[in-house]
Order: sequence, then structure tokens, then C-alpha cells
Amino acid sequence: MSAPSNPLLKVNNIEVIYDHVILVLKGVSLEVEKGSIVSILGANGAGKTTTLKAISNLLRSERGEVTKGSIEYNGADITAKSPADLVMDGVVQVMEGRHCFEHLTVEENLLTGAYTRKGGRSVVNAELEKVYHYFPRLKERRNSQAGYVSGGEQQMVAVGRALMAKPSLILLDEPSMGLAPQLVEEIFEIVRRLNVETGVSFLVAEQNATIALKYAHYGYILENGRVVMDGDATDLANNEDVKEFYLGLGGDGRKSFRDVKHYRRRKRWLA
Amino acid sequence: MEDFVIEFMFFLEVLFSGLLTGTLYSLVALGFVLIFKASGVFNFAQGAMMLFAALSLVGFQEMLGVHWTVAFLLTVVVMILLAWCVEKFVLGKLVNQEPIILFMATIGITFFLDGFGQTLWGSDIKPLDIGLPTGSLDFGGIFVDQLELVAGATAGGLVLGLAIFFNKTKIGRALRAVADDHQAAMSVGISLRNIWIIVWSVAGLVGLVAGIMWGSKLGVQFSLSLLALKALPVLMLGGFTSIPGAIIGGLIIGAGEKLAEIYLGPFVGGAIENWFAYMLAMVFLLFRPQGLFGEKIIERV
Ligand SMILES: Nc1ncnc2c1ncn2[C@@H]1O[C@H](COP(=O)(O)OP(=O)(O)OP(=O)(O)O)[C@@H](O)[C@H]1O
Ligand SMILES: [Mg+2]
Repeated sequence: MSAPSNPLLKVNNIEVIYDHVILVLKGVSLEVEKGSIVSILGANGAGKTTTLKAISNLLRSERGEVTKGSIEYNGADITAKSPADLVMDGVVQVMEGRHCFEHLTVEENLLTGAYTRKGGRSVVNAELEKVYHYFPRLKERRNSQAGYVSGGEQQMVAVGRALMAKPSLILLDEPSMGLAPQLVEEIFEIVRRLNVETGVSFLVAEQNATIALKYAHYGYILENGRVVMDGDATDLANNEDVKEFYLGLGGDGRKSFRDVKHYRRRKRWLA
Repeated sequence: MEDFVIEFMFFLEVLFSGLLTGTLYSLVALGFVLIFKASGVFNFAQGAMMLFAALSLVGFQEMLGVHWTVAFLLTVVVMILLAWCVEKFVLGKLVNQEPIILFMATIGITFFLDGFGQTLWGSDIKPLDIGLPTGSLDFGGIFVDQLELVAGATAGGLVLGLAIFFNKTKIGRALRAVADDHQAAMSVGISLRNIWIIVWSVAGLVGLVAGIMWGSKLGVQFSLSLLALKALPVLMLGGFTSIPGAIIGGLIIGAGEKLAEIYLGPFVGGAIENWFAYMLAMVFLLFRPQGLFGEKIIERV
């Protein structure tokens, strides 16, 4: 998995600037092979969300811009494609913080996910049943207003809504945010099942490295807008530095920040 | 006893007349609410759109000598074109700007429409006649203006139609999704620009209907544009994001101001119809800043 020859997604050395001046990504490259789960790890402000939004092109609505590098999907350059076109191509982002349509019911939320689908009611209904198959709890809550269901259920709505577009690649941003550990496990379990059973690929941004590395095949560690390390998930999980700084295991317990030079550059925003 | 009955009938007459005028305020307010919900823009141009639509309708009737239904359809096309232009040349260029900048852009649109409409169709007061009934009907002693009755029924029908559109169609659902969370809407592939065109078209259609009703009542003239100001207290009362709020708010303002004019007016020297609505809305604002039906902000983690 370390040298994918013909990846589904290829991010080539991109630079992202917000508001014309704030340089946030300083040359990020990554790849997602077809059928894999890849995770981007990093602390607050590392640039995980920015990376995902650069791919889905939701960046532009936040006054962000990819100023260098390129993004390829299925071999074609998608750097300048609109979010709507990308959804039609099969790239859908599940945003950080879930972003359900609060005043719509759970089912209406899911139906909205099929906005770009062609083929009418029967196609959409079949897809809906598929989503309910993976998230039976959503079927029970189908007529509840999404703003009032639990956080875990909202995360399921967000993922289910993305599935309704029949994507090949889901960009999943911080699915663990604000959820109890058991629920996080449940969500990732479903992500794995979807990956295995339907072949959809995932690019998951996570602060919770423990869980992300448990379910991912490959991982990238992002710091301060740069990829500082990447590798197979199992290798990363066993790496001493990763253990200390991201898994909270602390290696031999005495390592200081000074020993690991490249981890010192934290939170320097305006490079 | 006789006196009381007559007094009461008179009261009902005033009340009905007020309520029916209120539906016309509701129509104007509705246009504001639609655009505000979908794009967060306070569309100052709603009144101008109403005037422009009414002018176009009358203009087409005069120029082409066609039946009003044909003129109506042509005007609908014009309003859709207008929506497209607004998106293409104004709002589309200002995506991500502060709401105040978008608001100012709509002031620009207002002046453009007022000016352009009058250049195109002339600036004299024109009668608008599509054969709506005039005169009053006698309901057992209570006289009700027929035009107001038609206006009320039309407003009701329009609201019903919109409710079905918003709740039962794919586009309507997408509009509500955008109103809730425009970023999430983009993330599922809804194009905000298309949604804006649709919602400005719908607001244009509502403006056209409102323009026909007001135009039949007052003639098509520049002051129609200013009627939009009457929608402000309605919005303060009903909330900027609620369609039922716009309806109920309009009814309250309409009835309130007529009743106040008749029953309070004499005590304060008359002519309170002009400012009563604002005062009512202001007092109301102190107690319920989000408006009668202002959408509840759902807060939970
Ligand atoms: N719209 C914006 N305008 C300006 N700067 C931004 C914007 N969005 C993010 N940033 C900055 O970009 C940097 C990276 O943010 P980003 O949200 O991508 O980080 P993240 O890794 O997703 O963090 P978190 O774990 O907190 O979600 C941060 O320093 C942030 O302040
Ligand atoms: Mg983030």
C-alpha cells in the first residue's frame, strides 16, 4: 500500500491561502488508493479540515484558495471543479461538526443527500433503504427533526446523507468530535463495513489518532500545514514519536519535545 | 341593545377590512422572508420588484393589447430573467461579503429597478385592470370589499402553493436545506447560485401577485415601491425567517392599524394609521426580539 500506482485521489504539493494572506497549507501531498481508508492526523489547527476542503472545493466559500499544486481524482485534474460537480463525480465531504439540516427531519436530510442523483424516486428509495440498512437507528428516528436527535445520530445522518450521493470517496472530517468513546467505535465500525462491503474509499481527518489508526490502512501526520510523516497505519501506530505525541502513550516516558526536532514547530500560523 | 348590535357589526366590518388589507402586507413581507431565509440577504428591493412587476404587466397589456393572462406569463418570464441578472451581475460577484454589503447592493437594485421600470414603461399612474370585482358585498349587514376578499383568497392560495412547494418537492427541500446550513447544502452538491436564482424568481412571482392586488387597489404608481416599508413592522412582528410569521404578522398589523385608526384615532387627533404599525412592532420587539414565529435556534451538542 505504500506506493500506490494508480490512486483514486492524488494531492500534489498544494498550498492554501485564506483571505489572500494567511498561508495555511505549505505543500501537502497525499494519495488515497481505491478501496482504502486513509487518515490524516494532527493537532488543532494543523490543517486537516483545510486539506479536505481543498479537495471538495468547499474552501472557496470560506475565502480560501489553492494557490499552488494540484488535485487529481481518477486521473483528472479537479482543482477548480465546483463542489456540486465533485459530488456528481463521487467526492462528498462530511463536514466537521456534522452540519445536519436541523429543521429538516432525519429522512429529509438523507433525501437532500440525493440532490444530484438522477433516475427518480425509485433510485432514491433504494438508496435510502441501503442507508437504513447500515444505520437502523436512523430508520427509527426518520421523522424526528435532525436538530433534536443525539450527537451520535447526527453523525450517522451526516454520513448517511453523504452515502445518498453514491460516492466513491467520502471525505470524513473529525467523526469522533464530541462523541462518547463507545459511539466513536460504533461509527468507525460502520465506516469499515461500508468500505469493505460497498468499496467506498474514505479520507478521514482525526485528532483521535488511536481510533483512526485502528481503522485506517494508511496515515499521514500533518503539522503546521505540512505532512511530517506518513506510513502504513500499523507502522505509524508502533512508531515511538507517534506514540508519544499522538497516542498519548509516552514511549519510555522521558522523551522531551527537544529530542524530536520536527515536532517543535507547533502553532506557528503565519509562516 | 340595537345600538350595541350596530356597533358590533361596525367593529366586525373594520376588523375584516383590516385583516384583508393585512393579507396584502403579508404578501410583501413574504417576498422578504423567502430571500432572507435562503440567502441571509435583507432584500430592500422587494418593493421595487413589486412595482416593476406591476409596471411590466400593465405595460405588456398596453403595448401588445393582449389578455392579462398573457401579460402575466410574460411578466413571470421577466421576473425570472431579473432574478438571473441579479444573481449573475450582483450577488454572484459578492459571495462571502458581509450581509451589510449585500444589503447595500439590494438598495442599488432598488434604485435601478425604480428608474429602469419608469424609463421603460413611463411614470404616470396607470390603472391596473384585470377584471377583479370591485364594490362591496353585504354579509348580513357587514360590508366587505370584494377586491379585498379576492386579495385575501389569492394570498391564501399562494401561501398554500408555497407550502406544498417547500415541503413536497426536491427543490423546495433544497431551499430549506440552504436556509438551514448553506455550507452543508453545498457539501451535498446543491449549487447556491441556482438556488438564489430560484428563490429570487419565487420572490419576484410573489411580488407580481402583490403588485397586481395593490395595483388594482391604488393604481400602478411609484408609491407601490414604498409599500415595502409597510412590510418592516410585519417582519418585526412575525420574524424574518418565518412564512407563517409573515402571514400572521400582516394580519395583525392590518387589523391593528385599522382598529386603532377608528377607535384610538379620535383621542389622539387622528391619522395614526401611518405610524401605529411601527409602534406596535416596536413594543412587541421589546418582549420577543426574535418575532412571533422567529425560528427557534436549536442549541445542543
Ligand atoms: N476561514 C479561515 N480563514 C482564516 N484562517 C483559517 C480559516 N479556516 C482555518 N484557518 C486557519 O487555518 C489553520 C488550519 O485550520 P484547520 O481548520 O484546517 O485545522 P484542523 O487541523 O482541521 O484543526 P481542528 O482539529 O481544530 O479541526 C488554523 O490555524 C486556522 O486558524
Ligand atoms: Mg478540523
